[in-house]
Amino acid sequence: MTRMLLTRRAALLGLASAVTFGRASLALGAATTDRRFVVVILRGAMDGLAAVVPYGDPDLAAWRAPLLPPAPDQSGGLLDLGGFFGLHPALPGLHGLYAQGDMLAVHAVAGSDRSRSHFKAQDALEFGTAQPITSGWLNRVAGLLPGHARGEAALAVAAVTPLLLRGPTPVGSWLPPFAQHPAPDFYAQLAAMHMGDPTTGPAIAIGLRERGFTQAVLAGMAQPPNRMAFPALCAAAGRLLAAEDGPRLAALEAEGWDTHAHQAPRLTAALKSLDDGLVALKAGLGEAWRQTAVLVVTEFGRTVRVNGSGGTDHGTGTAAFVLGGGVAGGRVAGDWPGLSQARLFENRDLQPTADVRSVAKGVLAQHLGLDAAALETVFPGGSPAPPMRGLLRA
Amino acid sequence: MDARSAQALIRFGLGRRGDDPTPADPLGWLDAQLDGLDPALDVPAASCADALLLVREDRRNPLPDGEPKRAHQLWLTDSAAMMRGVLDSASPFRERLVWFWANHFAISLRKGELRAVAVAYVREAIRPHVAGRFVDMLKAVVRHPAMLWYLDNQDSIGPDSPAGLRTHRGLNENLARECLELHTLGADSGYTQQDVTEFARLLTGWWFDPNAASPGFAFAVQRHQPGGKTLLGLSFPPGEEGGLGALTWLGNHPTTFRHIAAKLVRHFVADEPAPADIDRIVGVLRETEGDLGAAARALARLPSAWQPLAKLRAPSDYAVAVVRALALAEGNRPDMMGLMNQLGQPFMAPPLPNGWADTASVWADGELLLRRADWALAVTARAPGADPVEVARSSLGDLLSPATLSAVQHAASRREGLALLLASPEFQRR
Repeated sequence: MTRMLLTRRAALLGLASAVTFGRASLALGAATTDRRFVVVILRGAMDGLAAVVPYGDPDLAAWRAPLLPPAPDQSGGLLDLGGFFGLHPALPGLHGLYAQGDMLAVHAVAGSDRSRSHFKAQDALEFGTAQPITSGWLNRVAGLLPGHARGEAALAVAAVTPLLLRGPTPVGSWLPPFAQHPAPDFYAQLAAMHMGDPTTGPAIAIGLRERGFTQAVLAGMAQPPNRMAFPALCAAAGRLLAAEDGPRLAALEAEGWDTHAHQAPRLTAALKSLDDGLVALKAGLGEAWRQTAVLVVTEFGRTVRVNGSGGTDHGTGTAAFVLGGGVAGGRVAGDWPGLSQARLFENRDLQPTADVRSVAKGVLAQHLGLDAAALETVFPGGSPAPPMRGLLRA
Repeated sequence: MDARSAQALIRFGLGRRGDDPTPADPLGWLDAQLDGLDPALDVPAASCADALLLVREDRRNPLPDGEPKRAHQLWLTDSAAMMRGVLDSASPFRERLVWFWANHFAISLRKGELRAVAVAYVREAIRPHVAGRFVDMLKAVVRHPAMLWYLDNQDSIGPDSPAGLRTHRGLNENLARECLELHTLGADSGYTQQDVTEFARLLTGWWFDPNAASPGFAFAVQRHQPGGKTLLGLSFPPGEEGGLGALTWLGNHPTTFRHIAAKLVRHFVADEPAPADIDRIVGVLRETEGDLGAAARALARLPSAWQPLAKLRAPSDYAVAVVRALALAEGNRPDMMGLMNQLGQPFMAPPLPNGWADTASVWADGELLLRRADWALAVTARAPGADPVEVARSSLGDLLSPATLSAVQHAASRREGLALLLASPEFQRR
């Protein structure tokens, strides 16, 4: 069963799919933070070297030539991030945010697990500890949110609540009801029938657009959207988080990153979906974007060498993204280790120079105001991963 | 079906049920529903005291893990019976009034254990007074365990009462504040924080003892704040009579009448009620000392109530109207509780004590309206033999627009035609 927190605005927006019965609603006014924090987990290990490409590194081309997009000044080329790094061409939305100063990439990060097992590494990423414990770190953040009615603070926008959000603090989850859409033709007739209605007409037009039913889709000229797709879930998450008394924390996940073969087209599709989703999240948040920080992380990176089937295998260091209205963006953070053979981790992977927990802790400290003791609650035993400074504007 | 009969069935009712006979005399049909007792009270259901005993039993002798609590089983049984009553109601105007008042005096099932007493609350505090006096409903509501529980009067103790001195506990103003702001005078009607505090003091000791042999409203003098109180300049004596006196005064106050008159007109007639319409209902309430039956009859006689339908059906009204229009029989009906969740208005679970909104600005949301359309298409599977044009004529009569009729007639399939009817602009109206 899908559990759902039901807040006033969310309910009025019709975003409820089910109700969890928590405490009485009057406590809603007691929410003491306007800050929103979203974690996006890219399951399957995103190739950081292909997403945030160190095209200025002299050793890159030798390893990666078959997978490299053209240089930034060429058609269909990388989207430049200041002369050394470039974003994959399928990330124009992120590039726009970078240009506005609302996005930064952090390179050469990894979690604490070195097994190169998806499952162990995802567990470590979500528990926030090297060994399994009883809750995910974002659940522990929910438990610390000052004054927020418990059970209303955090939301999983996913079919199954990710480990990241599981634990003693109640959280909600949300999925679109009626996951099957009618044929576009039915919606086209519906829109036509309501077009002249001053109340329902504009609302239905907006609703169809938000669901991705463009004029082209309604006319049968383009494929209808998938409601369970990442961009659709991001749009919904943005709307839910934007509500004044809505949740303050959310977890989303995106798949399609385990590109062992034919990486170029597959990664392009996954990155495009991520890019569309993050843009939709920002649009859904509206004004609340200014109070929002988004952390995009994956369990590990991929091999520096291309394998025999045009893909890459499980690696170590990768990239993360931090986005939001208060982010000190427009740059690539982290210590770049270089790609010379001697610098590779175990002669195959990007050498990690920072723990992904450091990035999370840096955001939590600056964005949600968690002090050292609170950070130790969220990431127990996390002293080897000190908070990364300066991720947000002061 | 002529427009006036359709208006009576849709604006004041729950939509026509299949091809039930239409009222020959719409006003007489509406009036007659207000006579006598609510027929829904004939359906057996547990009393609030029975429900509270089950809650207690669940706490004292929990059932094995995985087995639903006794109180929850009661809710499932009684709420299903209540929902059947709505879908099959032959006095839909009265039923609409019941749900209007239950929303005016909203409790919310977001406070989970309230489910046990929710059906009893509507039966005991709302239904008997829908065509009676407002002040009687007000007293029944404020004394009902469901409301005492929902708005925390259970936890309100006079700080200088014997219990307060012993436990160092004090007032909880929740019920007093909402009673002034939502139930009676209305926001910005001139009361102050001091009035809220005094009213809360007046209501101390109003509770139910969950451990009583038959739990129900009781006045606990040992929890009552001693001494007289002053509410809006009026003095009230200590004891239960002080609170009752305050409710009597509030329940007959002209400002209260204006507040509820505006809400009634907004609910049945227009999102933006005409001042003359509100004045008319206020006048009736004042002349009749708050007779809600008289107010309901007067509503049906407002000329503006017979203008073309402009109100947008709220999601739960919409769901009920569809099931009635398709004449879906018991056993072939959707799960109404789940459906109301999905359409954005979970049953008896508004987010806040002010209940569900009553204007199109809230419900005319794109996503919400598309969910109606999605469900309309899905629910047609339950009525495979239905002829869309016949359902269009029987449910909307002369209110059916040529454009919708044409869309229904030219649909690619019966099913799609039926769905287009149910998703049409006029089917969203009441």
